[in-house]
Amino acid sequence: MTTLADVGAGQKARVSSVSGSDAISLRLLEMGLTPGCEVSFVGKAPLGDPLEYSLRGYRLSLRRVEAERVLVDMT
Amino acid sequence: MTTDTTRRPMTVALLGNPNTGKSTLFSALVGVRQRTGNYPGVTVEKKVGRTTIGETACNVIDLPGTYSLAPHSPDEMVAVDVLLGRQAESQRPDVIVCIVDASNLSRNLYLVSQLIELQRPLVVALNMVDVASDKGVQIDVERLSQNLGLPVIPIQANRKQGIERLTAAITEAVENQQGGVLTKRDSPLPAEWQAEVTALETLSRQVNGAPLPRYLLERLVLDTGYLETADLEGVTPPVREAVAAARSRFTTDGQSPAVMETIARYQWVAQITDGVLTQTTQTRVTASDRLDHVLTHRVWGPLIFATIMLVIFQAVFNGAVIFMDLIEAWVGSAGDWIGAHMPDGALQSLMVDGVVGGVGSVLVFLPQIVILFFFIAVLEDCGYMARAAYLMDRLMSRIGLSGKSFIPLLSSFACAVPGIMGTRVIENRRDRLVTILIAPLMTCSARLPVYFLLIAAFIPATSLVAWRLGPISWSLTLQHVTLLGLYVLGVVTAILAALAMKRTILPGETPPFVLELPSYKFPDVRVVLHRMWERAWAFICRAGTLIFAVSILVWAAAYFPHDAAQVEAPFAQRRAELAAAIEQTEQMPDSAARTEELVALSDQSERLENEVAGAYLRQSLLGRVGRWMEPLFKPLGWDWRIGCGVLASFPAREVVVGTLGVIYNMGDDDESAGLRESLREATWDGTDRRVFTIPVALSIMVFFALCAQCISTLAIIRRETNSWRWPIFSFTYMTVLAYVGALLTYQIGRLF
Repeated sequence: MTTLADVGAGQKARVSSVSGSDAISLRLLEMGLTPGCEVSFVGKAPLGDPLEYSLRGYRLSLRRVEAERVLVDMT
Repeated sequence: MTTDTTRRPMTVALLGNPNTGKSTLFSALVGVRQRTGNYPGVTVEKKVGRTTIGETACNVIDLPGTYSLAPHSPDEMVAVDVLLGRQAESQRPDVIVCIVDASNLSRNLYLVSQLIELQRPLVVALNMVDVASDKGVQIDVERLSQNLGLPVIPIQANRKQGIERLTAAITEAVENQQGGVLTKRDSPLPAEWQAEVTALETLSRQVNGAPLPRYLLERLVLDTGYLETADLEGVTPPVREAVAAARSRFTTDGQSPAVMETIARYQWVAQITDGVLTQTTQTRVTASDRLDHVLTHRVWGPLIFATIMLVIFQAVFNGAVIFMDLIEAWVGSAGDWIGAHMPDGALQSLMVDGVVGGVGSVLVFLPQIVILFFFIAVLEDCGYMARAAYLMDRLMSRIGLSGKSFIPLLSSFACAVPGIMGTRVIENRRDRLVTILIAPLMTCSARLPVYFLLIAAFIPATSLVAWRLGPISWSLTLQHVTLLGLYVLGVVTAILAALAMKRTILPGETPPFVLELPSYKFPDVRVVLHRMWERAWAFICRAGTLIFAVSILVWAAAYFPHDAAQVEAPFAQRRAELAAAIEQTEQMPDSAARTEELVALSDQSERLENEVAGAYLRQSLLGRVGRWMEPLFKPLGWDWRIGCGVLASFPAREVVVGTLGVIYNMGDDDESAGLRESLREATWDGTDRRVFTIPVALSIMVFFALCAQCISTLAIIRRETNSWRWPIFSFTYMTVLAYVGALLTYQIGRLF
């Protein structure tokens, strides 16, 4: 299964679902990572984590463990 | 329209996502007429501003920036309570203003979709239309307003544009509601869901007499954990049971109702924005994007970050010193002036040492607070703060914190007070508390006088490594290593304390680091100045009074009972002899010998007065308590006099230097080499055994490295956590750590 953490430089993906329904998953959904949303990878912090994404016209930073909760389809 | 000025003031609630320019809009609406306070029982800051709209007096409540109205903690519940009028201290808002970032419309409209369900007059302020058009996005405002069924007013908060139209829309929304007009708005949530909530509404009316707010019932069914355990007024057991039943009916395939909510709302947002947004150009690389590329670059990012941190640290650490010295000089001359214009006695001492000293100990923090908050406000307002957290997160997550804790902890190396005030950037309550609790372990500048005195007196300057290049020479001595060791001790203890707290008193899963990286913008001068002023004033008002009161108490303990007859008697004869000798010398013909003799005599007389001051301190309440507690200090290698110094330094660590000066008959001049001498020569009462050995000096320094002897820090913890529990906890755990640390140091040091 491909997750958001697997999206590499210059790649885009479409969210298919967010696993789990605890407060963290809910926060990811609230921030707009809902099914169908297009996300592109922007970069990662100098120490390799967190990661930076672009979606819905803004920049969002997530830790790798959080990005792994977001299942995506590559576009 | 009536011009009835006796009408009750209108209440406006201002809400919005973080980084939308909400503070700027708040300032534009109310100017400087704002008050801050705390909501009872939570750490959320309550900000209310006053203004007049039309002819109506108006209270504007600035609610904390939030992405969603789903409460996950008591702090987030505050916004819901205020909006529903369930907050005891504020009026139910007559109108809600939601500020929306045009460049980021869909995520911002998520919050709007929740606000709509409150069934209150609602006005949307559309900010940053210019940023949106920079990104190549045009917005059809009229169509957006039609689709939403709400007034949408484009504004530019930073240029104060559109504010008049916004206030007109606010008035209109309130008047329409008074006329019974509230546009019918459809909920994005499915019809079966609406029916469930209506059933709960009916049930709550039957059970409680009055129905619970519909919005609260919706939130109860959608809840992810917090509301379930919260003690909410009107949520009685039968309501709870019905809510649980409704929840289970909406849990499909293990997906909680909350997941359904987010998906439904974003679908609604997609419908609302359909035909509203036009991408005029291909996705453009904006200046902000290019800047971000450099500032988060693998190499440049950390370099620039380190440079910025160095500048801030230097400014807070060294830049503030100039102003602190000025304040100390003013306070000193105010004390001298009062001393010269008042008769000797308890009242004079109270004024000079108690009142003026107490005021001084409050004011002396202001330069550091103002300087640090200047930088924090600039970094926050321009958008760099989020990048700083992004860059440092990996490092800080190793100790269970997030990148947002870095700047508060770094500034605590200058002073824990502004550092703790700076933890407001951390939204997660648990992370914020842990940061507050470990911040006082960072080696602040107040510890340095203690370290310098004891290191200079007892640690030999043995060179360990020497390096020489022409005229420049550098060597690492044992003294340097000791000082470095004390810094490391603070940091290591803080890391261990953070890890321990995360496992014991503040448990729970790691909070998410889901952080928006906002577009860069030029910081708004008004917002920055206001933030500095607000922090300084908050410190004076709410921490200052406590610091002042404790300073007076400690002064009283070191002054009373002040039994002059008893203390002065043993010195009367020497004093008389000295006075006679001075008089005799003064009558001698003018010569070099006479001058020399006079200087020597005045030295003697000064030493005598220092001895008298020492005798007073020994018989004071503080001296007695110190002697009584000596058995407790002995295992640390301390005599009762060191104990007294430590007790007297409860208001602030550096006070110990002055107290030791007085108690060892050296006066309170901490610069004097004489104090170092008399510390070296001090012996245990009635013996010729030296008090200070290297292990004792180390034990005192370790104690001061770990203790919470700083009333200002404790007062600011009280203010920031809005509870006495945390300052008491801080003091207890740090004092225990300090005692154990000092005990180990002395007992192990003795073996060598």
